[in-house]
Amino acid sequence: MNLWQFYARNSGEVLGLVGQHVSLVASSTAIAIVVGVPVGIALTRRPAWRAPVLGLANVFQTIPSLALFGFLIPLPFIGGIGATTAIVALVVYALLPIVRNTYTGLAGVDPAVREAGRGMGMTDWQLLTQVELPLGLGVILAGVRVATVVSVGTATIAAAIGAGGLGVYIFRGVAVVDDTLILAGALPAALMALAADGLLGLAERRFAWRAQ
Amino acid sequence: MTTPLEVQGLGYELPGKGTGEMRRGRFLVHDVSFTVGAGETLVLLGRSGSGKTTTLKLINRLLEPSAGEVRIAGARARDLAATRLRRRIGYVIQEVGLFPHFTVARNVGLVPRLEGWEPRRIAERVRELLAVVGLDPDTFALRYPHQLSGGQRQRVGVARALAADPPLLLLDEPFGALDPITRVELQREFQALKQRLGQAMVFVTHDVREGLMLGTRIGLMRQGKLVFLGTSDEFRRSENPECRAFMEAA
Repeated sequence: MNLWQFYARNSGEVLGLVGQHVSLVASSTAIAIVVGVPVGIALTRRPAWRAPVLGLANVFQTIPSLALFGFLIPLPFIGGIGATTAIVALVVYALLPIVRNTYTGLAGVDPAVREAGRGMGMTDWQLLTQVELPLGLGVILAGVRVATVVSVGTATIAAAIGAGGLGVYIFRGVAVVDDTLILAGALPAALMALAADGLLGLAERRFAWRAQ
Repeated sequence: MTTPLEVQGLGYELPGKGTGEMRRGRFLVHDVSFTVGAGETLVLLGRSGSGKTTTLKLINRLLEPSAGEVRIAGARARDLAATRLRRRIGYVIQEVGLFPHFTVARNVGLVPRLEGWEPRRIAERVRELLAVVGLDPDTFALRYPHQLSGGQRQRVGVARALAADPPLLLLDEPFGALDPITRVELQREFQALKQRLGQAMVFVTHDVREGLMLGTRIGLMRQGKLVFLGTSDEFRRSENPECRAFMEAA
């Protein structure tokens, strides 16, 4: 049975798994943005926090993903078997690029621009929302892009803890040594990663204010 | 009529680290006093690191004074919220610091917008100011800063500082980064402009020729202290060794 025959026979299941995969990636990335951008902003205001926070995020990044899923299973509330645990793990991985790029994006704003804004009487909030965030948006989106692409790949492992997604086919294919089955999961995941990369890359270029 | 700017015993001590003897920080500005009347331009002259820029930042509270008092049009600067204070003081810096994602018009209209002016009044004010600094509003209003030359950018910087008609203008080496020809051009225009405007100004420079050309009075700073304060003629004749050093360099 080749790949196309497999898709034709199991179209309902395939679409369901693609849907699960997208929702794992989308919800975890959304949470990581909501948490990570404010943390990145806070780091520009409290330079002393920078090294410890980025260091911690770095450490999380080095935990092998399968191990992290395993560690989370016994934990109450955020752990267990299923999508919640998978989303928590994906958020942990997505945080570093988002926090780091938010910090880098804001810190990269020309100091003269910031001084002029303050000297004109802008409040810290006005400076942040009208100057720093718009100017740093391209760099922040680059972080979101990296986080999303990595998430699409990592989310395939979520199937190991019962969270579903395209990893279901990959694990099943590995277990029964069936290349077609592995490909049935891997191909759409790869296409999804490419699509996310392309779309967010467009957004990133649209908002890159590196004019001078 | 109140004096636009009074500075009395101004001091700024770098926050010291450690304990005991080491705890005392270094004074970057020490016991500086002067007043600037309406229509007057006080030039703060001095070498790099003499405390000129620090003094400016103490006036608009980008740095908080550790000693002394600043009064803007009679009101104590420290009694006002820093943001409100700064909106009443025009500020021009060498690097200009235009917002690259704003058009020229939005850059110039920044303070009026922060102050909640009506859009139509802001638009009128922007056109008026662009004309004042010698930029045709129809040509330049909708351009972005990266589409301007260095001289045009600093013209926009001056227009932005004048937008809300502040009683006091602080200028930190505004023409320092320009090529010599543009610099002379802007200096001449600025001289004509300040006579028309009647604002009080504090103008920081290390260029003694620029200082003598633009200043009603010269304040010479050395190692954080004001070592000379007087008219251009008094400066030229002064026996003060630091004044002599600057006159010989001119």
